[in-house]
Amino acid sequence: MRRVRAEILNARRLGAFQSITLVAPEIAERARPGQFVSVAVPDDRRFILRRHFSIHQASRRGGWAGTLEFVFDPHGPGTDWLAEAKAHQFLDVIGPLGKAFAYPRGPSNCLLVSEGHGASSIFFLAQELRARGKRVDMVLGASGESHVFKPIEAKRLSQTIVIVTADGSMGERGSVMDVVPRAAQTAGTEVIYAAGPRRMLRTVAEFCIDQRIPAQVAVEEEMACGTGLCFTCVVPVIRKDGSGYDNLRACTEGPVFNPARVFWDRWMSEETRPVPTPPEGFSPVVSSWPA
Amino acid sequence: MAGVKQTLSVDLAGIRLASPVVAASGCAGTGRELAGLTDLRRLGGLVTRSLTFEPSRGWPGPRVAETASGIVTGVGLQNPGVRAFVAEDLPRLARAGIPVMASVGGGSLQGYIRAASILRGEPGIVGLEVYLSGADEENRGLPFYSRIDRMAEVVGAVSRLSTVPVFAKLPALLPDLVPAARGCIRAGAHGLTLIDSVPGMAVDVRRLRPRLGAIIGGLSGPAIRPIALAAVFRVAQDLPQVPVMGVGGIATAEDAVEFLLAGAWAVQVGTALIVNPSAPTEIAQGIAGYLKAKGLASPGDLRERMRLTGEQPARGTSAS
Ligand SMILES: Cc1cc2nc3c(=O)[nH]c(=O)nc-3n(C[C@H](O)[C@H](O)[C@H](O)COP(=O)(O)OP(=O)(O)OC[C@H]3O[C@@H](n4cnc5c(N)ncnc54)[C@H](O)[C@@H]3O)c2cc1C
Ligand SMILES: Cc1cc2nc3c(=O)[nH]c(=O)nc-3n(C[C@H](O)[C@H](O)[C@H](O)COP(=O)(O)O)c2cc1C
Ligand code: FES
Repeated sequence: MRRVRAEILNARRLGAFQSITLVAPEIAERARPGQFVSVAVPDDRRFILRRHFSIHQASRRGGWAGTLEFVFDPHGPGTDWLAEAKAHQFLDVIGPLGKAFAYPRGPSNCLLVSEGHGASSIFFLAQELRARGKRVDMVLGASGESHVFKPIEAKRLSQTIVIVTADGSMGERGSVMDVVPRAAQTAGTEVIYAAGPRRMLRTVAEFCIDQRIPAQVAVEEEMACGTGLCFTCVVPVIRKDGSGYDNLRACTEGPVFNPARVFWDRWMSEETRPVPTPPEGFSPVVSSWPA
Repeated sequence: MAGVKQTLSVDLAGIRLASPVVAASGCAGTGRELAGLTDLRRLGGLVTRSLTFEPSRGWPGPRVAETASGIVTGVGLQNPGVRAFVAEDLPRLARAGIPVMASVGGGSLQGYIRAASILRGEPGIVGLEVYLSGADEENRGLPFYSRIDRMAEVVGAVSRLSTVPVFAKLPALLPDLVPAARGCIRAGAHGLTLIDSVPGMAVDVRRLRPRLGAIIGGLSGPAIRPIALAAVFRVAQDLPQVPVMGVGGIATAEDAVEFLLAGAWAVQVGTALIVNPSAPTEIAQGIAGYLKAKGLASPGDLRERMRLTGEQPARGTSAS
């Protein structure tokens, strides 16, 4: 990974999304799908953490060599600030970070499933898979039409595509999982890749485990550093020998994981369990405050 | 001013550091991660994440929530255990040539003793820091720092075992901070680290739930700097001979100089390091520039330089 001061080559709107292209050859040359960049926010101390974005494009060759694109949906202080960024401005960027998607050995039919901004890294993956002679099919999900990510390019990148929106404003109405089984059947899918919200990833994971389809998912978890320093971004992952689980850093050991080994019940326990049990072994940072 | 030979080096109870800027506990990874992002040799030193005898998985996530000018984190001392640290992380840190202080945690007196015994005599460790914010199994799960006698017991035991200087790390919001500091020194600590993060919480109002898996975590970053500074000042006024490492919200050289003027002998950088991997190096350079501009030879020259005008409050009272 490298830390660079990268010039913005181009900042543009893409439906509900905002796209930023950077001149960052040091990062672009090494970037692979599933990896992400960490972008520093302004120095006014009001909010301080870097923000993290999947790499959508990295050009190593041709006229755009050395550029890197990421895409986001402005919805909070960090993304709102970035949405105002203009060409020729400089950003403090670290990347490429994290583990990339692995490519299947041998000829394979790959189904690429995404929802919302999860499509960003999936498009990069689609290109790389096609360049390796794999068949790519897609399921592209979103809340509504404006959040369907680059549908025309998606069609160009894939053999078949199913678009599904929660409100039915584009493609079929429903959720990603409503259409994945059919899409996989039609395409003769041998491998599934997915990126998007946790709840969606979990349903895809259950399907893959049930159908014994090898899969990889790219997760998002709140991150402070993005570079492995702070252990705030952990995801519980079951050990290979099944002897328990470890909290692995999504920024370093992820964000791509084998969904069959993610301990979903534990990772999503905040959804069901109101009070946490203290860590095994011991010691909360602050369990209580002296009376 | 010509003629003043300038140095950034400091001596903390026998621990010699080439720079007064040290990476704070829990914010510097395992030693592998920073290497690609900054010149490790320019780091004054590094405090490890707190190590317990047994491995700990820490709290479930989410573990970080950003708040105004700070972050609330609840990691819960995730660490591989002190033996795995010695086997895996320490050799790497030693190879990188960074002075390492190991932070020792525990849930009981015995836990601290067992952890400190493993670290005893390990080459590559220049000092220990005793983490006192963990739950004390032998005192209804209250933090160790809630009783001075208990802190003294733990700090005393670790100090007796240790072959290197021991720093006790204290939180700011103790009603009797100065007596607690004295208690730790009397028990055998060679220095103090002030402060640990401040208990804090954040709530997701949209989803009606705490933003951290731990519910309550520790606030760090610029938001706590004035709190940390006051704690350093109070303790340094009372114990001017005791080396104090100041920590809490330091992000720039000016922030660091504040602490050095208030009586700190060195500073640690946590949250700022998480955000900007070269923060410690930049801060050290800035301190050098400041010393030069003031015609001072070393960071230690800043202690007791602060001009305290007006009436001094009587010792021990809090001027609020
Ligand atoms: C590995 C990774 C890749 C990502 N890729 C993309 C991407 O390609 N496009 C995109 O739009 N977003 C992506 N995200 C999510 C993105 O980082 C957050 O949406 C963004 O940080 C929100 O910042 P904010 O200040 O606008 O919003 P706020 O919601 O106000 O942010 C507050 C805090 O929460 C954190 N946060 C909020 N949402 C998320 C989230 N989903 N995951 C992790 N942390 C979050 C922020 O970083 C910040 O610290 C990614 C996150 C991770 C971890
Ligand atoms: C993610 C994180 C993990 C931390 N872990 C530890 C720890 O294991 N032991 C410890 O003594 N302090 C720990 N701290 C506290 C810091 O060392 C420091 O005292 C505190 O964050 C204040 O400094 P800062 O504002 O520069 O971050 C942690 C802080 C953060 C942000
Ligand atoms: S975000 Fe800090 S370790 Fe992953």
